[in-house]
Amino acid sequence: MAKLVTDVVCPFCGTLCDDLEVSVTDDGKKILDVYNACAIGAEKFLHSQASDRITRPRMQDEDGNWKDVSYDEAVEYTAKILADAKKPLMYGWSSTNCESQAVGTQIGEVTGAIMDNTATVCHGTTLIAVQDVGIPSCTLGEVVNRADRIVFWGCNPAHAHPRHMSRYSIYPRGFFTGKGQKSRKLVVIDPRCTDTSKLADYHLQIEQGRDYELFDAFRVAFKGEKLPDTVAGIPKKTIYEVAETMKSGRFGIIFFGMGVTQSLSKNHNIDAAISVTRDLNDYSKWSIMPMRGHYNVTGSGEVWGWLHGFPFALDLSRGFARYNPGDTTSNDLLRRDEVDAVFVLGSDPGAHFPFGSVKKIWGLPSVCIDPHITPTSAVCKLHVPVAFVGVETGGCAYRMDNVPIECRKVVEPPEGMLTDEEFLKKVLTRVKELKGA
Amino acid sequence: MAEYLIRNGFVYDPVLGIDGDKKDIAVKDGKIVETTALSKPTEINAAGMTVMAAGVDVHAHVAGPKVCVGRNFRPEDKLFNSTPQAGIKRMEGGFSVPTTLRTGYNYARMGYGFVMEAAMPPLFARHVHEEIRDTPIIDEAALPVFGNNWFVLEYLKNKEIENTAAYIAWLLRVTKGFGIKNVNPGGTEAWGWGMNCETVNDVVPYFEITPAEIIRGLIEANEYLGLPHCMHVHGNSLGEPGNYTVTLDTLKQAEGYTAKNDFGRDTVLHHTHLQFHSYGGTSYSSKGFESKSKEVMDYVNKQDNITFDLGVVTLDETTTMTADGPFEHHLSHMNHLKWANVDVELETAAGVVPFIYNPKSYIAGAQWAVGIELGLYAKDMMKTYITTDHPNAGPFTRYPRVIKWLMSRAAREHMLEKELKYGDSIRNTCYIGEIDRELTLFEIAQMTRAGPAKVLGLSHMFGSLRPGCEGDVAIYPYNPEAIDPSRDPELIERAFSTAQYLIKGGEMVVKEGDIVSNGSKRTFWVDCTTSENPQVQRDISEKFKRYYSVTEANYEVSGHHYVPNPYVIEVDASQ
Amino acid sequence: MVPKIKLNLISGRTIQQGVSMEGGKEKPAYRNACGIIEIDPADFKKLGAWRNTNVRVTSTFGSVVVKAIEATQGPHPGLGWIPMGPWANQVINPNTYSTGMPTFKGTPVDVEAASDEEVLDSITLITRAVRGEL
Ligand code: SF4
Ligand SMILES: [Zn+2]
Repeated sequence: MAKLVTDVVCPFCGTLCDDLEVSVTDDGKKILDVYNACAIGAEKFLHSQASDRITRPRMQDEDGNWKDVSYDEAVEYTAKILADAKKPLMYGWSSTNCESQAVGTQIGEVTGAIMDNTATVCHGTTLIAVQDVGIPSCTLGEVVNRADRIVFWGCNPAHAHPRHMSRYSIYPRGFFTGKGQKSRKLVVIDPRCTDTSKLADYHLQIEQGRDYELFDAFRVAFKGEKLPDTVAGIPKKTIYEVAETMKSGRFGIIFFGMGVTQSLSKNHNIDAAISVTRDLNDYSKWSIMPMRGHYNVTGSGEVWGWLHGFPFALDLSRGFARYNPGDTTSNDLLRRDEVDAVFVLGSDPGAHFPFGSVKKIWGLPSVCIDPHITPTSAVCKLHVPVAFVGVETGGCAYRMDNVPIECRKVVEPPEGMLTDEEFLKKVLTRVKELKGA
Repeated sequence: MAEYLIRNGFVYDPVLGIDGDKKDIAVKDGKIVETTALSKPTEINAAGMTVMAAGVDVHAHVAGPKVCVGRNFRPEDKLFNSTPQAGIKRMEGGFSVPTTLRTGYNYARMGYGFVMEAAMPPLFARHVHEEIRDTPIIDEAALPVFGNNWFVLEYLKNKEIENTAAYIAWLLRVTKGFGIKNVNPGGTEAWGWGMNCETVNDVVPYFEITPAEIIRGLIEANEYLGLPHCMHVHGNSLGEPGNYTVTLDTLKQAEGYTAKNDFGRDTVLHHTHLQFHSYGGTSYSSKGFESKSKEVMDYVNKQDNITFDLGVVTLDETTTMTADGPFEHHLSHMNHLKWANVDVELETAAGVVPFIYNPKSYIAGAQWAVGIELGLYAKDMMKTYITTDHPNAGPFTRYPRVIKWLMSRAAREHMLEKELKYGDSIRNTCYIGEIDRELTLFEIAQMTRAGPAKVLGLSHMFGSLRPGCEGDVAIYPYNPEAIDPSRDPELIERAFSTAQYLIKGGEMVVKEGDIVSNGSKRTFWVDCTTSENPQVQRDISEKFKRYYSVTEANYEVSGHHYVPNPYVIEVDASQ
Repeated sequence: MVPKIKLNLISGRTIQQGVSMEGGKEKPAYRNACGIIEIDPADFKKLGAWRNTNVRVTSTFGSVVVKAIEATQGPHPGLGWIPMGPWANQVINPNTYSTGMPTFKGTPVDVEAASDEEVLDSITLITRAVRGEL
């Protein structure tokens, strides 16, 4: 017999779908099937049940031989490397719940850590741009109900946020958009012909890295001023035409992704994108939204925002909060040998940081808290497996539009496993003792 | 729990009619008690000091999504003002949009015990509650916004008060909200299309209802339910020259209604930050602008069912934030600073723009004058409350400065003569120069504790030192016998900025000016029971299925981690 | 002489990358999804290599062996695509230019056939690379 858990929240991407259904065995121990999720979301639930899953902390020696340790020993090692360090880096925080983020921040306060989340390699440059020019935005339901113009710029939701288009952006029929896709015009700007661009009314195959120029060209075109024959590989006729399409909508939105945030010009690209949106509000109603990657990277920026005022690159090492991207960001710190211990939770820098940074982690006292075996766990001295947030424990997560949703627990974690929050609370208690705080 | 005996202070308690008499105040088991009820109290010598019930703030933006936008997009707001952890006190940062930690500590330092978060977007209720949870010491509650909510617009268009009320009761329960906030009625929905409602008679696009109908409908629903607080409105055309007529039209919507509730509240409409709504003229220049505070107060003083708060401009660099989306867009076009906006599906919107109220500009000084004038023209100080619409007109940490301006004509003259560049133009276009009145400490106690507690329906707990009230007592280093407000106005500001002691819920949290405890803060919310209403239930399910981006089951705020320490006020509206 | 071609390398998400990552980064599926470079047919011609052979990708910042496959979301002549992951991160430009953000997109690389070399799984790749064994 099986029971069905409904309204389940998918803890994978920033789309944070909350309409999944998961059938589980009557004893609540095993997931049988996952409905409504995309392939990635389904795999996240199903793989949590893998028979070869690591369920106890383990440490490796110099030669890479692993041995199991107890959670108490893991707490002790973690607390000690953080307490002993002059400037520990506590990185990740994007695949966990807000409650864990809040406890982790207290550990950072006590140990004088640098706290950084995955925005640092994803939408950190967006956060910088927002500090320069602001951001007119909306919730995803507004897009459902009102939007008749959708722009995807430097993002490929068909692959990175698979249900975004059907739930929020291209297909849904909303209050003022009863005809669904037919009531919308879709513009895609991408140097490749992607599975998203194939759906577009206009695909502008921009020369890679020339986004800033094209954004600016649109600002020129809105005003009806003169353009050169081509900008960023796009003929001016197309630019004028698309500019007109954008202006003539009733409600439009630009979704953008790492194509813009990670290319040269970085935050300046986003400045320009937001300025395009500001300009468009002189003609009709427009919003812009970053396609946030991890399901709760947004939440960690909010938690740090309310506790310390900065959404990433939070430096607590001087006893109060500082922020200075380029200085207090993970990759810069690692490359410059400025941190002396590394703590990772809810992310995999081993896979997603430039290799030079990964090598630095390997050379330092280090702990990786992650349910999976990952390149990060492979280079850290201690690996602490924990329960899956959103599968084996609940907690709050923030969708890409900052809407907070409570994740659901659908099954019990394996016997004796701790959650992120439980593990962190033990570490907090111990670092307080060690620091005499 | 500890017992405290506060001895020999000058006590101000408008509820008990105590006006600076030397009295002893006793606290035991978290409550105010008769002095005879104590057995082994810790004595606090308050001789030469002022003793009041802890402050109650009726309107501030301190927790939630737009506040956090303000924090995160203004790193400059934290420059050179962060302070390290010390003892039990955690790190603090921020000036106009302080972190939650500093928010709690700073209110405590000013002797405040309760703060109302003035605008909660229902879809973001979890965020509001997480921030409230992480704000130490002070008790808080939050007002969900209703004035642009699709359910409300549709029900009120059909004059369905009962359904409106049932929906409101449901929403208060699922968001853990406290009462009805109504921001730019209809105008924020129009902003979904980049438009606005500028008068109470402008029709909301598609929904075909006017702001006037929304205001009246929400008053009726509020009194139908008998909620502790009244309908709390921020009228149309905030900040526009000439808007005082819109304001009078807004206030007039309350005519004919009387309060119905079991909480001792006797008013039906609270107009917030009235300063932003009392402008005459046609522009922001000294030639085009004039104060209409007197005209507005002439009306307000004749009514007995209206309250308001001031929203005084404090002449700081601050961060404006409001659910009045079109206003913030407009503002960003005036000052060309960064602009954030969030439109919230089916419910509301919010905008955030940094703003510098420059004392060297005419208009900032004139706005300052308008806010102060409202306080000085008011007749019933139990219906007139001190706010800065934090952080819109200035940060809440400037309340002591506002108190100084209200209590001391000399302080106001100093502003007009020395601080403001256009003092003379301000005298010519505003009333401030003509007003002699200096408010008393008794009146300040009305405006900062007794009055706000009453309009929030919380006078049985806060705002007074009557036995049975919460053990919330502030002791200020202010000797009314020694200080002459006309000679030493600075001492007023200093005293109210740094309470010598704050006892909150019977526990000492500020001792000799230092934070010594993180307190045991509570989140207040209103659980209102109505009779079964299948139609509203059906409408809710339908809207979630078709138009919301979250499911109905994932909307409700539940769980210990959001509201770990609730104080639930039950209201029975099922009859 | 083995022909070498120059490409502009970008990286990013693919659905296979997402699925296989959740399936376990130590598993072959993850290597098959991310230890690849997608190349336009026109560039394959210049490279003179077959589809699905291993190639060595080298930049100023590092070098890695991946399998060359034909662009799945093309055409994009001149662009190389390695899904985000440890293979791409061996060669991308790590400079942040004071933004905190490495330059994950837009790294000039050389690509040459390396049919005798092996595409390592992610854990082997990382653990050997940190020890300087590659
Ligand atoms: S789109 Fe994202 S949140 Fe939705 S099911 Fe797929 S992985 Fe999960
Ligand atoms: Zn307000």
